[in-house]
Formats: sequence, C-alpha cells, structure tokens
Amino acid sequence: MYAVNIEPHVLGPKGSVLENLIDVDEHYVAEMQDRALVLAEDPLRCQSLPHMTLAGWDLLELLMEQQALGYPEHFTLTRDGDRWRWINRPLGIDDTFTFGDVSTLPYGPMEYITRQSQGDFCILDQRDGNLWMDAGMVTTQADWSLDFDIGMNFFEWHAPVPLAHEKGIFVRALKFLTNIQQGKPARRLNWTMTVNPRLDTSPENYHKWGPDRTTVTPENVGDKVHLRVELQSFWRLPRSNGIVFPIRCYLIKMDELVTQPKWARRLHRVIRDLPEELVNYKGLTRYRPTLLEWLSKLDDGSPTSAGFGPD
Amino acid sequence: MSTGTTKLDVVVSDVVPVNELVTRFHFRRRDGQLLPTFSGGAHVVVEMRDGERTRLNPYSLMGSPLDTREYTISVRRDDVGRGGSLFMHRNVRPGMEMVISYPVNLFSLDLRARKHLMLAGGIGITPFMAQTAQLAADGGNFELHYTCRTASLGTYADVLRERYDRRVRLYHDDRDERIELDRLLSSQPLGTHLYVCGPSGMIDWVRDRAAALGWPAETVHFEHFAAPQPGAPFDVTLAVSGKTIRVGEQQSLLEAVEAAGVDPPYLCRGGVCGQCETNVISSDGKFIHNDHWLSEEEHRCGKKIMPCVSRFEGRSLVLER
Repeated sequence: MYAVNIEPHVLGPKGSVLENLIDVDEHYVAEMQDRALVLAEDPLRCQSLPHMTLAGWDLLELLMEQQALGYPEHFTLTRDGDRWRWINRPLGIDDTFTFGDVSTLPYGPMEYITRQSQGDFCILDQRDGNLWMDAGMVTTQADWSLDFDIGMNFFEWHAPVPLAHEKGIFVRALKFLTNIQQGKPARRLNWTMTVNPRLDTSPENYHKWGPDRTTVTPENVGDKVHLRVELQSFWRLPRSNGIVFPIRCYLIKMDELVTQPKWARRLHRVIRDLPEELVNYKGLTRYRPTLLEWLSKLDDGSPTSAGFGPD
Repeated sequence: MSTGTTKLDVVVSDVVPVNELVTRFHFRRRDGQLLPTFSGGAHVVVEMRDGERTRLNPYSLMGSPLDTREYTISVRRDDVGRGGSLFMHRNVRPGMEMVISYPVNLFSLDLRARKHLMLAGGIGITPFMAQTAQLAADGGNFELHYTCRTASLGTYADVLRERYDRRVRLYHDDRDERIELDRLLSSQPLGTHLYVCGPSGMIDWVRDRAAALGWPAETVHFEHFAAPQPGAPFDVTLAVSGKTIRVGEQQSLLEAVEAAGVDPPYLCRGGVCGQCETNVISSDGKFIHNDHWLSEEEHRCGKKIMPCVSRFEGRSLVLER
C-alpha cells in the first residue's frame, strides 16, 4: 500500500526529467504565467513567516545555481561578491541585486525565484526535533492548502493521510528528513489522479475543479483522466539549516499512458487493489468504476517488469 | 540508503597558536573552489590519519558563515584524551592535505528568537564565534556571557570584545567571577532563546535553572562537545557482519567497528545526533553510557548503545551490526 521509495537525488538519464536536479521543460513559460494568474487571484498561495527570509535566500541561490547549470542557454548567474546578476531569457528578466538585501529585489527572495521556477516549494524550518511548514509557494497542489498548513509541524500537516500514521511511516520519514545533509539531496515520487490537465487543484478553488469529477464517462475517460506524478526532492539549506521540499507535478492523460502496455496493466491493478481509504483520500471515489472498467480491457493478466520504465 | 555527509578534500592553509592550550587550524579546498556555505553552530568531522589509525573528530566551525574561502576550527589540547587533539597539535602543519566532512548543524540558531542569549564555557566558545558573526551581519540581537579559567585562557575573548563590545560579558574563574545566572535568566525579554555550550556541568546547571525559572524547553538550546572517553579494552561480536572485534583503550566502539570494515551511519560522533544508534542482541556485563541521545530508561534497559561515545565492561556483548 505504501512503499519506501526514497533514493538519493542524483542525475538520471539524458532526456529524462532527472537529466538535471531542477527540471525545466517546455511548459516553463506557460507554468510561470499560470502561477502569476493564481497569485493575482490569491496572494496567500505564497507565504513566508518572518524568520524564514534567510531560508528564502538559500532557496534563491539553489534555484539560480541549478537552473543556470542545467540550462545555460536560458539562465545565467554572475556573482561578484554580494552583487549578483540574474538573466532569465525565457521570461525576459535581467536583474542585478545584492544577495541578502531584500530591498534590491521586487519581491522577497523566495517569491522572486519561485515565480521563475516550475513546481511548488515548501520551506521547512528545523527545530525541536521537528520540521515546520513556515514558508512556501504553492500554486499547483493536489488538494492541500499552504494557507491552512502554514506554521504546522510535520505530523500536523500530514494528519489527513490515512493508514500511514498507524504504520509509523511519519516517525521514520521525519527521522530521515531531519538528517538530510548539505550536498546530499534525496527524492521520492508521489501520485494521485486529476480530471482535466489542471495544475491548480487547491481547496481554495475546489468549486472550479471539484465538479470535473462528475464529468467522466466511458467515452471521455482516456482524454479527461490524468495520472498526476509528483517528483518531490529534499534539500538541506546551508545558511538557515532549513529544508526545502520542491514538489514538481507532471500530468499524463490515460490515452497517452496506455500507449505503453506495461503502464496500462499496472495502473489497472493499482487502481483495482487500492484500499478504500486511499481511494477516498486521493479523491477517486466517484469516477473509479468508470476508470477501472476502461483500464480492465487493457490488462491481459501478464506480469509487469520491475521499475517504472516502459518495456 | 545510508545517511552521512559528503567529504571535502582540503589543505591546511594555516596553523595559529591562540594560547597555551588552544590552536587554530585553517582549511581551504584543494581545488581552489569556495567551500560550502554553512550556518552558525555547524561542525565538520576532521579525519586524522595517524599511521594505521584513523580518528574522526568533530569540531565547530568558528569563522564567519559569510566567508567560505576557508574554514577555521579551534582545538583545545587534551593531554589525557584519546589523542585526537594531540595529533592536531603535534602533527598538523600548513600545507598538509586532509579530508573533512561537509558541515552539519546540530546546534542551530532558532531564527524566530527576538533575542539570542548565549552562554559559553571554555572551548565551548567556538560555535558562538560563527553564530555571533552570522547574527551581527544581519543586525541580530544577541548577548554573550563567556566563562573562562583565566584571562590568558579566554580563547578569543579579546576578539569578541573588540567586535561586539558590551554585548560580550567575560567571567574569570581565577578572579571568582561567576555568572549571576538566576538574575540573568529572570530579566530577559519575551521571545529570548537561550544557547549554552561548555562543560557538561555547566550545561546541566543552566538547563536546570532555566527549567526552574519557567523557560519553555524549546527555547533552551545546548551542545555537548564531549569527546569519547578512553577506557578498558573490551570484545564485541558484530552479529550481522559475523565479526568479533576488540575495542582498544584509546579507541571508541564506533572506531573499532569502522576499523573492521563495517560502516554505521554517523554525523556528530559525540553522542547527540542518534545516527549510530545500535541494537544490543545480548550482553553480560555493564554498559558505560556516555551519550545524550538515549533516554535514561533506554540506558537502564541495555537494549541499545551509542557506539560513538559509550563503552562496555564484562564478559560478552553482541551487537546488531
């Protein structure tokens, strides 16, 4: 039901989302415009408690360095002591600022750089043997709210997750995360499903996307229903000793997913065997029978090979 | 997946005697690059290759986190210790190539604090050197109370006074100057966090008084810098790897396990981080627990041991390693 799937966040194959540790893809400009629209409607998607500014600078450094390293044709970072110049060609940005001086940027450091980086970002303060959700930029989430969770500790913000507390998963996960070391990031994958290719499925906007779940029919399931995979990575921040937790969301529609017979067979079995608590938690309840019926026709019962790559 | 830190190849760029007991060591990267940024309170583990023996000792970084051209540590010579500090004082010279770990912070500032009240004893001053530099650069509110045996052993007292003037208060044992702890703890503004680093007795005293005076536990931060103590040699069976090892008088159990080719995870090597916690399968004898990680109950039960600092006396000890 739950698998321990944490591994070192190291470079993967060329052409994959792991070619760089911070992935920038063909949706970059569109996703940044989408983020700006969400923020204009709801500024509380981006929050940073007063003690988290230093962690914001840590994150700015991390994302600028990683994006410039992976995509030099798009991003350039030049450092002369505290004087930094950041060029972001896809968004037409060329800013010179003083690292550590918030008055030299148009936004706080976390907001500035996460308006230019794909994926959601949670910055966790580490103290009292726990992690605290004290800052974040969250506009592409799977039904959770930064505004609700801000200031909560690791157990509090995970409280709604079914069956995992009893198994001691969060105690072990916290122990692992509080020991993440500088220069040794880790990652895991998480998944759920989304109807229509929406990035913003927040509780704040439930009235916009919730009703989509009632629109799935045997005819449109392949086009409407998407597997949503989150690539979550965990990084120790050097100056603040906090942890940043980027959550990068990728969507694939069923019609595309089933082009790989192994994926079709496996997803059918996963959806079929998922415990009821998780079906409800992931919000699949209403359209699961339709999805299952559709997927079952693509499952010939043969075994699937190990790993998530296609055969 | 094992935890632990990445290593840094460094060269000793300077060795500076500070007083009759303390020497400062400067490290730069061998490849000429900048060192990783760190946060005040972080330590590095220094690998000391001493003939056949490898010692791994943690030392607080004491330079400014804003300057990553070099790292600096200060080592107090311990003539009756296990030899790590003597090795540093006697063998380490400028130009020598060494290996250190990435910085790890187990004594972090709580950045929510409206004021940081710091109490240092002796060589416990070192993490505060970095923390005060970090806070001062950003207009942070701090006050440092520093106890030392004599003025000449007040390591960096002059530097701190010059940098921070009246924000630093010195106390000399030989002049019978004592911190008026209760008065100090009773007169702090709301939102103050307390940090203490020094001998165990001092840490216990400060924590006890803070608790008695109503300080919430989450506002009291402390770092023990206890090194592993030497002791009588003892034999241990490592059940998982099928090895029997002898822990030498000057060796820690963790070092003996590592010398046998088994690598448990570690971060602090000082009994506080919990990484090397090891299950005891069976034992016939007495544990000498020196860690600050396991609870008193766990110490009594004899089901767990922290091999970085704790020892054993008796007939047999079998560990799940």
